[in-house]
Amino acid sequence: MSRIRVLVGTRKGAFVLTSDGKRERWDVSGPHFGGWEIYHVKGSPADPNRLYASQSSSWFGQVIQRSQDGGKTWETMGNKFVYDGVTGTHLWYDGTPRPWEFVRVWHLEPSPSDPDTVYAGVQDAAFFRTTDGGQTWQELPGLRGHPSAPAWQPGAGGLCLHTILLDPSHPGRIFIAISSAGVFRTDDAGKTWRPMNRGLRSEGIPDPNAEVGHCVHRIAMHRSRPSVLFMQKHWDVMRSDDAGESWREISGNLPTDFGFPIDVHAHEPDTVYVVPIKSDSEHYLPDGKLRVYRSRTGGNEWEALTNGLPQRDCYVNVLRDAMAVDALDPCGVYFGTTGGQVYVSADAGDRWAAIVRDLPSVVSVEVQTLP
Amino acid sequence: MIRVVLPAHLRTLAHVDGEVKIHVEGRATQRSVLDALEASYPMLRGTIRDHVTHERRAFLRFFACERDLSHEPPDAALPEAVATGAEPFLVVGAMAGGA
Repeated sequence: MSRIRVLVGTRKGAFVLTSDGKRERWDVSGPHFGGWEIYHVKGSPADPNRLYASQSSSWFGQVIQRSQDGGKTWETMGNKFVYDGVTGTHLWYDGTPRPWEFVRVWHLEPSPSDPDTVYAGVQDAAFFRTTDGGQTWQELPGLRGHPSAPAWQPGAGGLCLHTILLDPSHPGRIFIAISSAGVFRTDDAGKTWRPMNRGLRSEGIPDPNAEVGHCVHRIAMHRSRPSVLFMQKHWDVMRSDDAGESWREISGNLPTDFGFPIDVHAHEPDTVYVVPIKSDSEHYLPDGKLRVYRSRTGGNEWEALTNGLPQRDCYVNVLRDAMAVDALDPCGVYFGTTGGQVYVSADAGDRWAAIVRDLPSVVSVEVQTLP
Repeated sequence: MIRVVLPAHLRTLAHVDGEVKIHVEGRATQRSVLDALEASYPMLRGTIRDHVTHERRAFLRFFACERDLSHEPPDAALPEAVATGAEPFLVVGAMAGGA
């Protein structure tokens, strides 16, 4: 029977949650790296016991950890993230130029075929790669070399490259998202990039054809149909049917279309999940109710999923990297909250249960489906 | 032998308990002590000072012999008591609040 391993990054350490395929009883291991912010932990599809973790602290900076045994033991890897060539400037909050400065790794995306190759999205926004299992990291400078880069401006969380999607059917095609520059796509493995933000509309950006500047919170795709992308923007849930060339809104009947995570069912490419948040000035759930919304029609028509989730006095948030799905049938859906709960639904969202309730604030959730 | 006291999180990262003892060739300075520390404990590279500029990270300070040495030049001699091992060189994390 398959096993499930959930990798949870929190503000005060990492946790590994494991279960069998029923997803009812869970073992909890952690905290690993207690007291440190763990922005992301992700396993290699090519070697599922190979895990990579981004550990950081305002005091001590960035640390990269690697496990070769599924998270039982860890070793410290290289943490030297140096921008390639002339550092250059982007725009600061006040609109003045500011030199690029490395802050932390937000997202680690292991290669599907090589356990030693991992992509890293960092703040200030840049795209790095290791090909030696995390010992050394090199920037792929084409992204920051885009002519729009000096005009990129940070979102409230910083100028962060937070999403990396590797297209399984087009070698060399990678999508990334930056708050708040927007979506970019490379078709040549990172040498050159194009902004992919046509059709996005954002308050404060009067130019409807603005190439960059949109605060994209998250994008997601289904492996079987990588030309279709789903996006949770600051406000608005969006969809692209042409690999990011254009976007249309699919917020439909959502109670609010502000939010952070978005993900796609493992076996149904048109089944999409979001967690609406009241507003960008409040950053908590509307009406005190924790509701995941599911569309089975690729957007526009959404149903609230509430069975097993608190429906009163709940004011948590769900951050952009804190939702994931497993590969079992029925598909499991997982998310973590800023209140420290990690929830699972073993039936694609119909019923939910808390795996843990009292972790530190959850930053990221990833799921591995193991044989 | 020079004694270095690290903050708790860096002791954990370096897998050490208590003080770290390191041997420094030549004159004991902030730079030579930190070079030797990082050579013995490579996982500490980048956590105390920047990889490239070698500037002290903003939320860390250096103390010894009840003196704040944080703004001393990196090649200035450390107090004799540190050089002889009578007193430790302290790497101290700022007691900032935060979450």
